[in-house]
Amino acid sequence: MRRSEPHERSAPVVRLSNVTVRYNSGESALEGVSFELAPGERVAVVGANGAGKSTLLKVIAGILPPATGTVDVYGHGAGGHICIGYVPQRSQVDWNFPVTVSEVVLMGRVARMGLFRHAGRRDWQIVHDSLAQVDMQGLAKRQIGELSGGQQQRVFIARALAQEAEVLLMDEPLTGLDVPSQEAIFAILDALRVRRMTVLVSTHDLHLAAERFDRLMLLKRRLLGFGTPAEVLTAGNLRLAYGTQMTVIEAPEGALAFGDTCCEGEEEGHNHA
Amino acid sequence: MLDWLLAPLQYEFMVRGLLAAVMVGIVCAVLGTYVVLRGMAFFGDAVAHAVLPGLAVAYLIGGGPEGPLFWGGLVAGVGTAMGIGAISRGGHLKEDTAIGVIFAGMFALGVALISTTRNFTVDLTHFLFGNVLGVSAADLRLTAVFGALVLLLIVAFYKEFLVISFDPVLATILRLPTQFFRYLLLVMIAVTIVIALQTVGVALTVAMLVTPAAAASLLSRRLPVMMATAAAIGAFSGVAGLYLSYYVNVASGPAIVLVCTAIFLLAFLLAPSRGLIWHRAVR
Repeated sequence: MRRSEPHERSAPVVRLSNVTVRYNSGESALEGVSFELAPGERVAVVGANGAGKSTLLKVIAGILPPATGTVDVYGHGAGGHICIGYVPQRSQVDWNFPVTVSEVVLMGRVARMGLFRHAGRRDWQIVHDSLAQVDMQGLAKRQIGELSGGQQQRVFIARALAQEAEVLLMDEPLTGLDVPSQEAIFAILDALRVRRMTVLVSTHDLHLAAERFDRLMLLKRRLLGFGTPAEVLTAGNLRLAYGTQMTVIEAPEGALAFGDTCCEGEEEGHNHA
Repeated sequence: MLDWLLAPLQYEFMVRGLLAAVMVGIVCAVLGTYVVLRGMAFFGDAVAHAVLPGLAVAYLIGGGPEGPLFWGGLVAGVGTAMGIGAISRGGHLKEDTAIGVIFAGMFALGVALISTTRNFTVDLTHFLFGNVLGVSAADLRLTAVFGALVLLLIVAFYKEFLVISFDPVLATILRLPTQFFRYLLLVMIAVTIVIALQTVGVALTVAMLVTPAAAASLLSRRLPVMMATAAAIGAFSGVAGLYLSYYVNVASGPAIVLVCTAIFLLAFLLAPSRGLIWHRAVR
């Protein structure tokens, strides 16, 4: 059995200190980013396309090494934490792949099963329970491409649960979903909050980010702000973050922002160093 | 009908050829599911062609077709697979560019080497399009041993290959040795290609890897089912192709590949819910 890195329960769940990530070209994708996440909080990562939202999630997951700075999860370096659940952008998944819903969830168990072992009764029980928590047990035998977008997101959340994740990173899970599907995901996240799951969600939807999260993080390669919506979404910060993609009007009753900060597929074409 | 089926079996070379074609059909098709799912068809074709100089050197040293062709091919195939893996991993060249350069260069070297022999055209034809009726008992043993090894690895590392192919990001988070499995898969593809060479030859081996798996992908929604379907198509094509070759008197390698291709076209047209005709009918 593969052991995860030890956890220091007194340390922040995630701590980045002065993290810089570069593309192969030498250009920076993230620059000097520092912050800490507390157990059980739900944080939205917002910013324009190419602001480094996906990169930030990958650095925390230990998939991309930072060029400088340190990433700690529960007080120990990133990488080696099988307690991190990752829900990829929908455009990054091959939905024609011949796997069923329950087989995708079972993948979360792979590291705990160990080499040369096949899934046992306990693993399948965990898969079943994880699907039940996201209300998907009825579709367990479907091929993943046969699901709706919201159902697909729920399957990947179930996979993180089967993985026994304590931190959940979600890359644009709300993009392209209708309101009922978004609400279904928030209902699951509410249930996870009770279990002290720390959740970091990248989104381009400033409205949802401001309304449905504990804190939000505004990125433009650098961290422009991290705190409550009132602290972060100031007229000055929005201009810095979105430039000409957004019009900010300062009215007597406060700042009004207009703009479409969409879309999916951010940062796909880049090669990371 | 029975006579029609039994008649070719009176020849020992036909029996050996059929056994070889069935084994190659199964191993290529099962491994081929990963080639298709991971989009590695061009890589497979390249390794098949790049094996030629290895065959040529073994042929020249061994003094004829009885020489250690298998081992020459194996060295060249595995070497090429690792080389392509290393070059494309560096990130300065796109993978298909690296493959294109190595593939053409190795193939040219192979043809150049073979052109120094007197039987140039006959020998080259056998290398390019296979000579399944020339399979010896020793060849058959090598095919069985290495084919079984490849199948064993696919079963033993089933869940690892599945995760790495479906979601490499998860594989990295779970600390699976993704690079090890990536190279292992490249080597397994190279080994499979080398055992397929005598049956269908350098130029057509990619069809045995890709075509049955592609047809199976239209007919199944689960990986184990896709592997079994592909294996059945591969084995059937091997047998049907050899009978076709025996009765219609066409070259055996191309006959096998043509049967595969016909099955693929049928699946493409008729597959439930994915075939062309189904889509037309629904509309």
